[in-house]
Amino acid sequence: MDKPFAITLDPGSSLANHTGSWRTFRPEYVDRLPPCNVACPAGENIQAWLFHAESGDYEAAWRSLVENNPLPAIMGRVCYHPCEGGCNRQHVDAAVGINSVERFLGDEANKQGWKFAPPAAATGKRVLVVGSGPAGLSAAYHLTRMGHQAVIHEAAPLAGGMMRFGIPKYRLPREVLDAEINRLVEFGVEIQLQTKVDDVQQALQDGFDAVFLGVGAHIAKRAYIPAGDANKVLDAVAVLRGMEDHHAPLLGRKVVVYGGGNTAIDVARTAKRLGAEESIIVYRRTRDKMPAHDFEVEEALQEGISIKWLSTIKEAGESDIMVEKMALDDKGFPQPTGEFERIEADSVVLALGQDADLALLENLPGLIVEGGMIQVDGGMMTGHPGVFAGGDMAGSERTVTVAVGHGKKAARAIDAWLRGAAYAPAEKHEVATIERMNPWYYSDAPKTMRPVLDIIRRQSTFEEVLGGLDENNALFEARRCMSCGNCFECDNCYGVCPDNAVIKLGPGKRFRFNFDYCKGCGICATECPCGAIRMVAEEN
Amino acid sequence: MSFQPVKFYQTGTFTVGNRLLPPEERSVQASARRFNSINSGHRACQGCGEALGARYAIDAAMEAADGQIIAANATGCLEVFSTPYPETSWQIPWIHSLFGNTAAVATGVAAALKVKGKRDVRVVAQGGDGGTTDIGFGCLSGMFERNDDVLYICYDNGGYMNTGVQRSSATPPAARTATTMAVGPEPGNVFGQGKFVPAIAMAHDIPYVATATVADLRDLEAKVSRAMEIRGARYIHILVPCPLGWGTASHDTIRMARLAKETGIFPVFEAEHGEIKSVLTIRRPLPVEEYLRPQKRYAHLFGKNPAVETIAHIQALADRNIRKYRLQARRGS
Ligand SMILES: Cc1cc2nc3c(=O)[nH]c(=O)nc-3n(C[C@H](O)[C@H](O)[C@H](O)COP(=O)(O)OP(=O)(O)OC[C@H]3O[C@@H](n4cnc5c(N)ncnc54)[C@H](O)[C@@H]3O)c2cc1C
Ligand SMILES: Cc1ncc(C[n+]2csc(CCOP(=O)(O)OP(=O)(O)O)c2C)c(N)n1
Ligand code: SF4
Ligand code: SF4
Ligand code: SF4
Ligand SMILES: [Mg+2]
Repeated sequence: MDKPFAITLDPGSSLANHTGSWRTFRPEYVDRLPPCNVACPAGENIQAWLFHAESGDYEAAWRSLVENNPLPAIMGRVCYHPCEGGCNRQHVDAAVGINSVERFLGDEANKQGWKFAPPAAATGKRVLVVGSGPAGLSAAYHLTRMGHQAVIHEAAPLAGGMMRFGIPKYRLPREVLDAEINRLVEFGVEIQLQTKVDDVQQALQDGFDAVFLGVGAHIAKRAYIPAGDANKVLDAVAVLRGMEDHHAPLLGRKVVVYGGGNTAIDVARTAKRLGAEESIIVYRRTRDKMPAHDFEVEEALQEGISIKWLSTIKEAGESDIMVEKMALDDKGFPQPTGEFERIEADSVVLALGQDADLALLENLPGLIVEGGMIQVDGGMMTGHPGVFAGGDMAGSERTVTVAVGHGKKAARAIDAWLRGAAYAPAEKHEVATIERMNPWYYSDAPKTMRPVLDIIRRQSTFEEVLGGLDENNALFEARRCMSCGNCFECDNCYGVCPDNAVIKLGPGKRFRFNFDYCKGCGICATECPCGAIRMVAEEN
Repeated sequence: MSFQPVKFYQTGTFTVGNRLLPPEERSVQASARRFNSINSGHRACQGCGEALGARYAIDAAMEAADGQIIAANATGCLEVFSTPYPETSWQIPWIHSLFGNTAAVATGVAAALKVKGKRDVRVVAQGGDGGTTDIGFGCLSGMFERNDDVLYICYDNGGYMNTGVQRSSATPPAARTATTMAVGPEPGNVFGQGKFVPAIAMAHDIPYVATATVADLRDLEAKVSRAMEIRGARYIHILVPCPLGWGTASHDTIRMARLAKETGIFPVFEAEHGEIKSVLTIRRPLPVEEYLRPQKRYAHLFGKNPAVETIAHIQALADRNIRKYRLQARRGS
């Protein structure tokens, strides 16, 4: 080549200069665990299904969701959404309305008739599931997915457990419950109704390879209240169960509910809807000590339920009750004051909690029961090999979501047990805390509120109180998700690298570092909105 | 607003790309086929804002001019780290001028293209703040005054970084440099009168003047594209943090630029024919201390006896910017 004056070398490209050798730290793409996922008792991969919802692909979102939880339309109504309590967006404006998007997806699936993907090839193993509450349904679903044959034996005439015989219709319409149970049946879960299991030992000999127990906790706890014969003292579980009969329970015009949990609130609200003029909750401690969720208390108060705090029922007469005022001592425990008051009452409903009926386990050796609860190991197995348990009978935190989570975990452990393997839960990634993220990049977007039924209809009908989001709202809400800890292909790392050392692999394929040129400045890690890049020290 | 920001799409137009936006609404930098006008292997420090800013700007200019760009480049880091003979990182026709005559060299190139009738080939001149606001200032002013068809881009890192961090007329008050040491009764650079070249460019009434930072890519790209739509003299002044000269962590380059904008230290705006057309308002207002504290060149302001008065003085300058350029976000916008 003829070179110009004073030029002796051919032009070269700086690509020959591998600046990667300067690096003392290297960036690494990671998937961190979003705090919402951590907080979900059913172990949903929330960020993953929101990712699909964000692009409007609701079916993919639903499919991703039901990998962990087969009941999104139910969850979207009754779950107390601890996920939202964990959501990082609360540090930016307000938590993502995860629960409302979940409900939207569940309803959409029911509307569109989406079915579960077919199960794995049959293994020939049979598992007995006792009880069709959320724990049993979840266990049976996951077992079926894995190719095992799950057979549910249910004592009641209808499936659903406390979702049908406890939670009132105004919070969970029965069409929704039926739709999700029917999908499970079509999927291959066999449910034998009115089939009470009296003896688990026997069942194990009847050709089942393993048993999952999800019998719930249905025996009402009692408190000793001296009562005249004429007075009606009922228990809350029986009243709510009675709501599923042809004749609604007769409670009278003035109803007193005794207790401070969610059940007490539900009974009081049910009484109001049945026509009670007065529905009063008597609770021995203060509002902040009440186990019921604050929003439920709020909804009850809106509907005209009154609550007597710091009060206990001393005796129940024919048409009234005697209440004693309490005062909190230094330790926060209520103590009697000796001050009494009479309240008119046609009936008293006790909502003091429930115990599990463990009669069916009497002949089973090896079981450990503590505080009325059956003890299980990390894979939900009881002291009797091959017998697993979950839900209300096996845990102190009694919610539909916890029950679903137990069912899933048990199914995985049962699967391992049937294969003669040890159950090893998947390793957890480090948590995507807000400090590991860069929230600057998220658009300002306030939370979408769900519509609420008007107060008149809330006091007189069993119509659903809380409405759902429409498509626009649901999409907006999904897009509020910050995709904590998981790359959402925002191209920031690709754009901000001063050395072009990030290679874009195309939609859905994320990115790769070009370590020939990456100097390890770490801008990509600092500017990744969602914290999906970590800097690690180079070895030498 | 120099461009239409997209709201609510998760990250809207804050991020480089966004899979929820249609491809035509994404940035030039988001494209897998972007030019990478300045390629890998350059010798800029880790986290260099100037290397980044140059790629942002020239890629956008290349996109706007269909790949028909000739650049003249003043001496300075950008030239030294990209083109140690015989290697270069540039993937465009590129001429190294002297330290002080880039504007004149670009003017000459533009004149030659005119003579040859090549209207589609566009000319860019680029240099550091030293090459622009000090030694190259006369050539630059001449280029403006003649309205030569050149886009001049100044990469402002607040000092003569390439020769070891000496003061320039763009070095901010109180900043420590090798020639404004943190010693004596008034440590660091003097407060002086300031010399804000974008305002001087506006005083020439040239068709287009803008400021930008490496923290707002979409804004920067929009300004370069707008400039490329116009013929005549155009000037874009980009704030490019320098980890070496500022004493900041290499990973904080973009964060520092963002803080400069959010505190009001560096006003980001756009002007046509001497009149301001739009400003980038402050999104999350912050005191200047947030910007100063992470920088070692301001370390003498903090420590055991913080220089409260000096910090207040810098705050007053930022507040004046906020007033003067109307940087405060209007409610409801
Ligand atoms: C009024 C009320 C409201 C509630 N509201 C909420 C709420 O809003 N959100 C929430 O998350 N949780 C709520 N809960 C709690 C939630 O319903 C329970 O935690 C959950 O249903 C427990 O699920 P499970 O599967 O363990 O048991 P259950 O749902 O109780 O199901 C157990 C099933 O086993 C059957 N069974 C029992 N013994 C036998 C046997 N021997 N043979 C065959 N079948 C048997 C029962 O008939 C029943 O169907 C509420 C509970 C009540 C009582
Ligand atoms: C006429 C002349 N004087 C001095 C120098 C030495 N010199 C090279 S680069 C430079 C400083 C460049 O500063 P700036 O323009 O701000 O660019 P930066 O390196 O900061 O990007 C100096 C003084 C030179 N090359 N030519
Ligand atoms: S922003 Fe999204 S991923 Fe992050 S915690 Fe909230 S719901 Fe989960
Ligand atoms: S910066 Fe964006 S594209 Fe890169 S890893 Fe993070 S989320 Fe993914
Ligand atoms: S000294 Fe500053 S401008 Fe020069 S290469 Fe290093 S970081 Fe970039
Ligand atoms: Mg400089």
